[in-house]
Amino acid sequence: MPEATVILDAAAIQRALTRIAHEIAERNESGAEVVLIGIPLVGDELAFRLEKILSEIWKLPVPVGILDVSMHRDDLNRRAAPKIHPTVIPFDVTGKTVVLVDDVLFSGRTTRAAMDALNDFGRPKKIQLAVLIDRGHRELPIKADFVGKNVPTAITEKVRVRLNVSGQPDEVVLEK
Amino acid sequence: MSWTKKHLLDIESLTAEEITTVLDTARAFKAVGERAIKKVPALRGKTVVNLFIEPSTRTRISFELAAQRLTADIVNFSAEASSFKKGETLKDTAKNLEALNADFIVIRHSASGAPHFLSRVVNASIINAGDGAHEHPTQALLDAFTIREHKEKIAGLNVTILGDILYSRVARSNIWALTKLGAKVTLCGPSTLVPKTFEQMGCRVTYNVDKAIRDADIIHLLRIQHERQRKTMFPSIGEYTMLFGLNKARLAKTKPDALVMHPGPINRGVEIDSEIADCGRSLILEQVTNGLAVRMAVLFLLNGGKGPQEVSGN
Repeated sequence: MPEATVILDAAAIQRALTRIAHEIAERNESGAEVVLIGIPLVGDELAFRLEKILSEIWKLPVPVGILDVSMHRDDLNRRAAPKIHPTVIPFDVTGKTVVLVDDVLFSGRTTRAAMDALNDFGRPKKIQLAVLIDRGHRELPIKADFVGKNVPTAITEKVRVRLNVSGQPDEVVLEK
Repeated sequence: MSWTKKHLLDIESLTAEEITTVLDTARAFKAVGERAIKKVPALRGKTVVNLFIEPSTRTRISFELAAQRLTADIVNFSAEASSFKKGETLKDTAKNLEALNADFIVIRHSASGAPHFLSRVVNASIINAGDGAHEHPTQALLDAFTIREHKEKIAGLNVTILGDILYSRVARSNIWALTKLGAKVTLCGPSTLVPKTFEQMGCRVTYNVDKAIRDADIIHLLRIQHERQRKTMFPSIGEYTMLFGLNKARLAKTKPDALVMHPGPINRGVEIDSEIADCGRSLILEQVTNGLAVRMAVLFLLNGGKGPQEVSGN
């Protein structure tokens, strides 16, 4: 087992999401234009949790979609074919402010793939990025709009976000 | 699970888990086909060659569209217009395609084992699109996909394959795929076309069509392949239709939720009544739609490199 340090526990994850939700609400005064789109495996769950908080702030439901980005990755022939998760976007993104939700921002390549994939579904008015953890080491000019926690890491380390793992509390760990 | 195979040569060498991976991946690609923009860039810059040494329309077109929807370049190479007529060997043809940097060669050939041979002499990924009477793996995968969409799971289902089994690569690939996934497969047709030796593949063989389809969840019809039969294997088409053709009266005696499949092209009025081919229990056109999704999934999976599934990780 690699050496693992807990960066965020369940309560800290919830606090981070609450803060992100308030920042989203502050940035986008009209909630009616905002949709959340999560990137599996963890971003979709985070998007649903953000929706709960945001719908209470705005007093209206916020549409949530799931966007798998595997088909738009730039490393497809450098790795075994990724497992593809269903993409479910049950609304039109054209003219909306899309908040992309991912667990960890690292190289930025997943975000790039997500923006490309999103193009196939319409033309959003704006795209914003919300992540639970920003661990640095960007390889592309991409910056998150909303960050739960900035975590300086070594490139060899791994950040794991575990949500809804049966019998375990939610947590974010840093593996050496 | 992570897919590690470079070629798709047959179903026989796949595990149930690998077959399931293709079907799961195909589900995502089917959804791509339902979007306004049906194209994804997964195979951008890759070249696919359709090397069809035996005529085919639907399989070739399906692979062609699959490659295009993945943003690959595709070249069609058919026997009629090719250097085979001038005496070039299959190996030399393939080497020439490789010299053009083909990443995938989709081959259909009248000789069983031709795709396996190619996989040993060139570096490209080889996809078997039908080799002689041996296998037609993507057909079996799209059939399994179609069955799973309607019946949720394949394990425990009764599937009856009816018709010319002996000359059918579709039958062989389907038998492998369905038995690996846990279905009970029954074969039926004229005794000259359904040898008892197929029982060794784990199937039940019967020559009584009503008995064969009575408990079936899926009735899979095969085309009578006039072009493959060197001598007549049954007295007449009329007799075949009378004894084995699927008509309204026969279908009425099956389970009410039994579904009918056919790999196409269908011979209306021979192995299947026109009315049944067009009825609500026929999955024939869905099979075509699903074929596209399955072929996209196969190209996508074979395109994967040797590295671990998680590369960028977090």
